[in-house]
Amino acid sequence: MDGGKDIDPVPARPDEAQDPSRIGVDDWVASHEGRRDRGEGLLAEIRTELERVPRPAFFAGFGVAAALLPLFTSNDYIVRVGFDTLLYMLLALGLNIVVGYAGLLDLGYVAFYGFGAYGYAMLASPKFGLHWDTLAIIPVVVVATAILGFLVALPSRRLLGDYLAIVTLFFGQLFVTVYQNGNRISFLGLTRSYDLTGGPNGIPDVDNYDLGGLHIGSVRGYYYVALIIFLLVLGCVYLVDLSRTGRAWKSLREDPLAAELMGIPVKRLKLIAFACGAGIAGLTGTLFAGLNTAVFSANFDVATLIIVYAILILGGAGSLGGVILGALVVNVSLEVLRTPGHATWIFYVVLAATLIAKVRPWKRLAVLLVATIGLGYAAHAIVSSAWPRGVEGSASVGGWFGDGLNGWELHPSNPRFIGNLAFVALVFAVLLLTMIDGWKRLAALVPTLYLASFVWENRLVVEPSITRLILIGVILIVLMNARPQGLLGTSRVEIV
Amino acid sequence: MNWNLFVTELVAGITHGSVYALIALGFSMVYGILKLLNFAHGDIYMIGSFIGYGLIVVFGGATHLHVNVVLLLTLMFLCAMLGGGLVGVMVERFAYRRLRNAPRIAPLITALGVSFFLENGAQLVLGAQFQSYDSFSWSNTAIASRHFTLPAHANVSYAQVIVVVGAIVLMVALTLFVQRTQTGKAMRATAFDREAAAMMGIDVDRVIVVAFFIGSALAGAAGVFNGIAYQQVWPYMGFQAGLFAFTAAVVGGIGNLPGAVLGGLLIGLAESFATGYLSSTFQQAIVFALLIVVMLVRPSGLLGSAAVQKV
Repeated sequence: MDGGKDIDPVPARPDEAQDPSRIGVDDWVASHEGRRDRGEGLLAEIRTELERVPRPAFFAGFGVAAALLPLFTSNDYIVRVGFDTLLYMLLALGLNIVVGYAGLLDLGYVAFYGFGAYGYAMLASPKFGLHWDTLAIIPVVVVATAILGFLVALPSRRLLGDYLAIVTLFFGQLFVTVYQNGNRISFLGLTRSYDLTGGPNGIPDVDNYDLGGLHIGSVRGYYYVALIIFLLVLGCVYLVDLSRTGRAWKSLREDPLAAELMGIPVKRLKLIAFACGAGIAGLTGTLFAGLNTAVFSANFDVATLIIVYAILILGGAGSLGGVILGALVVNVSLEVLRTPGHATWIFYVVLAATLIAKVRPWKRLAVLLVATIGLGYAAHAIVSSAWPRGVEGSASVGGWFGDGLNGWELHPSNPRFIGNLAFVALVFAVLLLTMIDGWKRLAALVPTLYLASFVWENRLVVEPSITRLILIGVILIVLMNARPQGLLGTSRVEIV
Repeated sequence: MNWNLFVTELVAGITHGSVYALIALGFSMVYGILKLLNFAHGDIYMIGSFIGYGLIVVFGGATHLHVNVVLLLTLMFLCAMLGGGLVGVMVERFAYRRLRNAPRIAPLITALGVSFFLENGAQLVLGAQFQSYDSFSWSNTAIASRHFTLPAHANVSYAQVIVVVGAIVLMVALTLFVQRTQTGKAMRATAFDREAAAMMGIDVDRVIVVAFFIGSALAGAAGVFNGIAYQQVWPYMGFQAGLFAFTAAVVGGIGNLPGAVLGGLLIGLAESFATGYLSSTFQQAIVFALLIVVMLVRPSGLLGSAAVQKV
């Protein structure tokens, strides 16, 4: 007790200061998110402060920032990237309901996206001579996709965990096969074949959006339509998240058996989750078809599915802010990779940031950097005298940074073969790093860093389309091993 | 009835089915012990296939071979099995081991990531184009073009014989290993109940590593078989083969080894009969539809036992 203060004449009831809500009561369950582990340190403090700001304020801030973006640039390419990012956000939002809230692993999710796109394309293109009004198509397609999701979930509702993943994966593959070969549909080879989806040629000449006489023909127009749709869907999902249904989904995710024992209609909730996710994916598909004015089956393959999963996992499954952040990080960085100069900058900045964050104390970091730079100049000097062709190429960036790299790094004139070997060696080196620690790791880090920059300059930056997919794979593996809850997710405190 | 078509498709189905069965065995073994859907398994099959291809290239290419063909085949199998097995062990060590007690979704997504990494890494290093085993048109022994004729004028090539006989040898060896050796016994015990096995003094980590090694080695061998019988190899071959092998394992009863073989044969036969009789474009869709039907009618698979959920 504090000796300097007066003692209260009437002592407080021992439980008065405590949380008045009791365990198991509805508002205790509702504030369950609050009782989560925030970790320690500066990041955790920032996070705690940020959590006091109400969520809708965040979303509104994001909406305003996103709405201002096209005003600051005359470059349609940037707006296009923004549009794609919004599409990914919408997709991740739908997947968030199924995976993040209800905890159902849906590996056929992209099929619904494709279904929406093909549905829009069929109803608004010369393919069947149909040119419906967009305002009529959108509800029809969304409802149809939701029903499809319902139908896929209907037989799967009895399945548990992994089996559900397998069945949905196969549903997804089934749809991709149908989209791909849909130009020769015939019933068991008996009837004459019909052309439904145009097969590998896809459906061209799809109409643009036409919202009640307002023709949307430009990327900027689509950007704003996508933004409005995204904010509306985000609002709906946010409200659902707070509702009884949202809480029931989360209880389903935490422990389906316990949820069922508590009287929660588990099977019905699974169906609703699937249908909601599918409906959002279908809606996104119509946007995609409207802007691109063509759909191909290649747009809805496993790569797209894995990118959406990477977004969801990176942001943190179950977190709405995480969906926005994840889509921004993943899609923008994948886009940046297309321009070698920018990509190299990002590569070195990320590398440096990781080192600064992970290598402590700073003396050790300084030793590491000096050693790496020294190794580079030494290697460059040796190679340039012994094998001049080894330094013939030049760095992928210009300016002072590129000049510096040219004197430091090896650029063989024909880097393909040696670059491939170095890539394999780099994979082994990184794996080795995870097995040793202390000064050994520090010593091994020096050549590994040099090797990484060699591989990056000579191999990865040259083939951005493969590199982005490799990076997605690495992100998934590393994230799941290091921080399974994602960037904005919080790890739960087990309450026993 | 056209017996020629029937017998040809039957032989093709059994050949294909043997390859699927070998992949499915490894997949099923890992699932039985770890309850992990190893999506990267199909990509290990791809790596095995490329190791075999690399050896053909190293020894002068299929048309100008310097070494005896039997020696080369043996070498291809040994290297592919060893290489596949090592990659499998590495994947387990670096990607899955830390997630053993994580929620189910974490290892699944990691497996997707590993699969994506292996496929695209292989594409970066090996190039995206198809490579060919060159139909074994070797000066002394032309395996793929040599054949004998069954009744109904159906031809069976020596390559198909190698695949089926080789697969049977490997399956028998695996059965003997699992049933007769100490490690096999430990493996069965671990699959039955991992915690209880650990309490009985079984080194569970070691068992898991062995399971990954054997399963991945079988997948590597399947890759070489596939190359011998169908020639074509390319970095994305693993995904579809992996899917079909999952189907095989699930249809037979996941975690059940004879079931995996049965499922593999069924899938191979379904695929080749669907190609021959129904529609070559939709054979994949037909296989998937078959899986979905089996899953719904009998979720535990043909030979699997129903899972009882314990609380």
